[in-house]
Amino acid sequence: MNNLIVSPAPHVHTSNTVTKTMLNVIIALLPALVVAVIYFGMGALIVTGISVVSCVLFEYLINKFLLKKACTIGDLSAVVTGLLLAFNLPANLPWWIIVIGALVAIGIGKMTFGGLGNNPFNPALVGRVFLLISFPVQMTTWPVPQGFATKYIDAVTAATPLSAFNEGATEMPSYLDLLLGHVGGSFGEVSALALIIGGIYLLARKVITWHIPVSIILTVAVFSCILWLCDNTYMDPLTHLLAGGLMLGAIFMATDYATSPMTHMGQIIYGVLIGIIVVVIRTWGAYPEGMSFAILIMNAVTPLLNHYCRPRRFGENPKK
Amino acid sequence: MRTFRIGGLHPHDNKEFSAHKAITDVALPTQAVVPLAQHIGAPTKPVVAKGDKVLVGQVIAEAGGFMSANVHAPVSGTVAKVDSIVDSYGLPMPAIIIDVEGDEWLPEIDRTDNIISTIKAEPKEIIGKIQAAGIVGLGGACFPTHVKLSPPPGNKAECLIINAVECEPFLTCDHQLMLEHGEEIIIGIDIICKALGIDKAYIGIEGNKPDAIAKFEELVKKAVNHVEVVPLKLRYPQGGEKQLIDAVIRRQVPSGALPIATGAVVQNVATVYAVYQAVQKNRPLVDRVMTVTGPSVSNPGNYRVRFGTSLNDVIAAAGGVPEDTGKIICGGPMMGRAMANTNMPAHKRTSGILLLPESMSTRREPENCMRCGKCVDVCPMGLEPYLLSKMGDMRMWDEMEQHNVMDCIECGCCLYTCPSNRPLLDYIRMGKATVGGILRARAAAAKAAAEAAKAEEKK
Ligand code: SF4
Ligand code: SF4
Repeated sequence: MNNLIVSPAPHVHTSNTVTKTMLNVIIALLPALVVAVIYFGMGALIVTGISVVSCVLFEYLINKFLLKKACTIGDLSAVVTGLLLAFNLPANLPWWIIVIGALVAIGIGKMTFGGLGNNPFNPALVGRVFLLISFPVQMTTWPVPQGFATKYIDAVTAATPLSAFNEGATEMPSYLDLLLGHVGGSFGEVSALALIIGGIYLLARKVITWHIPVSIILTVAVFSCILWLCDNTYMDPLTHLLAGGLMLGAIFMATDYATSPMTHMGQIIYGVLIGIIVVVIRTWGAYPEGMSFAILIMNAVTPLLNHYCRPRRFGENPKK
Repeated sequence: MRTFRIGGLHPHDNKEFSAHKAITDVALPTQAVVPLAQHIGAPTKPVVAKGDKVLVGQVIAEAGGFMSANVHAPVSGTVAKVDSIVDSYGLPMPAIIIDVEGDEWLPEIDRTDNIISTIKAEPKEIIGKIQAAGIVGLGGACFPTHVKLSPPPGNKAECLIINAVECEPFLTCDHQLMLEHGEEIIIGIDIICKALGIDKAYIGIEGNKPDAIAKFEELVKKAVNHVEVVPLKLRYPQGGEKQLIDAVIRRQVPSGALPIATGAVVQNVATVYAVYQAVQKNRPLVDRVMTVTGPSVSNPGNYRVRFGTSLNDVIAAAGGVPEDTGKIICGGPMMGRAMANTNMPAHKRTSGILLLPESMSTRREPENCMRCGKCVDVCPMGLEPYLLSKMGDMRMWDEMEQHNVMDCIECGCCLYTCPSNRPLLDYIRMGKATVGGILRARAAAAKAAAEAAKAEEKK
């Protein structure tokens, strides 16, 4: 009674924390990981493990020895970065390449800017794009999904649906295979269904709002549909939506808090532009897949969107 | 159900501790310490001196201007001294100290429970009576009620909105008052409508008080004017004046303007009850109902307390300070003030006493802002708390002004919701104080320059 605590209002606080938020993202990524293991076997688990462990380790070491700051790995954000990086990799990537990717993602993508929340670009994508440019061969030979028979080393490899299409293939996998993820590709992005389930979980737990994923998905659908109607040698809209990194990007990468706009208006513009850029890169660009680049480009535009898309102030042209 | 259109959130309301507990009187103190300033505006001037005998309801300090409110003796007895005490926040508080003798009231005050429904007083007279009775907004702001009922020239009141929202968690005194004194409140609404010369009133009640909604749906049929009950969706800070106007009549007060710009006059339901008492029963404001509550309080409830009673006595009536108490708050948990001790009298502003256990008393360590945007989503004024707090940290006062820091109503939503526990509102409060100072200095300089120019012209 002698020592009452005096502090300014408010005196109550949400039970939500950074760690809980990250934990929810991890839970939301699990369905996709399960599917990956089913289709790509232990390789998927090995790559995920290496990526997560090295991301966490690098964050710990950089904080401890370089920045001499308090340890932040408890907030689990490095685990999320590790998972997202892994999900963007082939299931047979050599371990040392993964470690390099993690170092770039955490070291350059995140910690140089001051850690969580200060990074202008999505760290996992920074790592992934770095690897794509440095190790183009390893990064674009994907194992054929053969379940547990898929080997981590010396796996049988094949093209992804998108790169096959880019090279003029006419035999495309069925929509069902695309939906379930029974196709070649980075192991975390193949199953649209598992990712959508994760997305619904994130929406339900209010970790993300619908604005970014829905605006990306709708834009891609509408834009690719227009192209396809004009000329049906272009890829059809459904394949656009289900193949490649679109769902992983729209639901998990573009919604990264630090690198996406703060207001709903900004988020919708951001989503629409990502959708347009993806379709443009996929249709006319040199790379078969453009999700990572589209998100990174729009990450760079985010500060501008934050500047111009202010929330509507109370009393400012109220809607009647 | 409707609600306001920007931001807001729903904190756990914790009202179960004291909800539906009948209003009980706290015993009279042996000595009452009556503060001279219990309202916003000019301080009052004491009109009694040491040794004077006073009766309950007698004016002991007169309003120091129009924007001020009389203080009445809440107890009968002898004035011991007029002095300055130190309040529970460590600030000086001038007060009249009265030794209590019996409970003698001024003879003209009607203390019976008879409900008088015919309103004899004319509009001018009503406002005069409200002013004489020292009534101030009992929702927390303590703005003199007669000032609010006299719209400045150029503004016209179109409707009255009764604030029966009680959106602060834990507090239940308004709810209980509505259940026990509904008839009087309806008459009070008619009185205020008459004073304002309008015939339309709304009562905004949040959906967590279905019994009050049902009761008032019945009662409004007896009202002289068109009184409409507006059930509102549970959302904090719906009791904020601007938010309530938006929720009920869908108009938003422009930045910097007074709420009357929308044509609405907002009165708290407890104030309306006090108006009834003053106009129909000649009873000035000498007590109020307050909630004393907390998760480990042994006898939480709604208590009618005479002003001047020590908070220690009020807490004792609710079972005393629990063993685990870490923080004692005057008001609710979102906007109330933490007190360093409880050696302070209850007064017009004390809407509740909340005793929080130690486990609920400290903030968690702040982490990096992860730019989740949740603070932007919940801000009911459409501000960007993450940005304002960063600007505050970097002392960018001009930028804070451009980003409308002065619009902040200090509701606490941003700080409540931040998963990283950023001390957002602390920085914003600092910014408001500094920017407010800059604005005042600028206005003073502009005025001085204008006067100098005028003097120059005259020459
Ligand atoms: S709620 Fe907290 S973490 Fe989220 S943007 Fe606002 S200040 Fe940053
Ligand atoms: S305290 Fe101010 S800035 Fe924070 S949510 Fe409330 S109005 Fe907005």
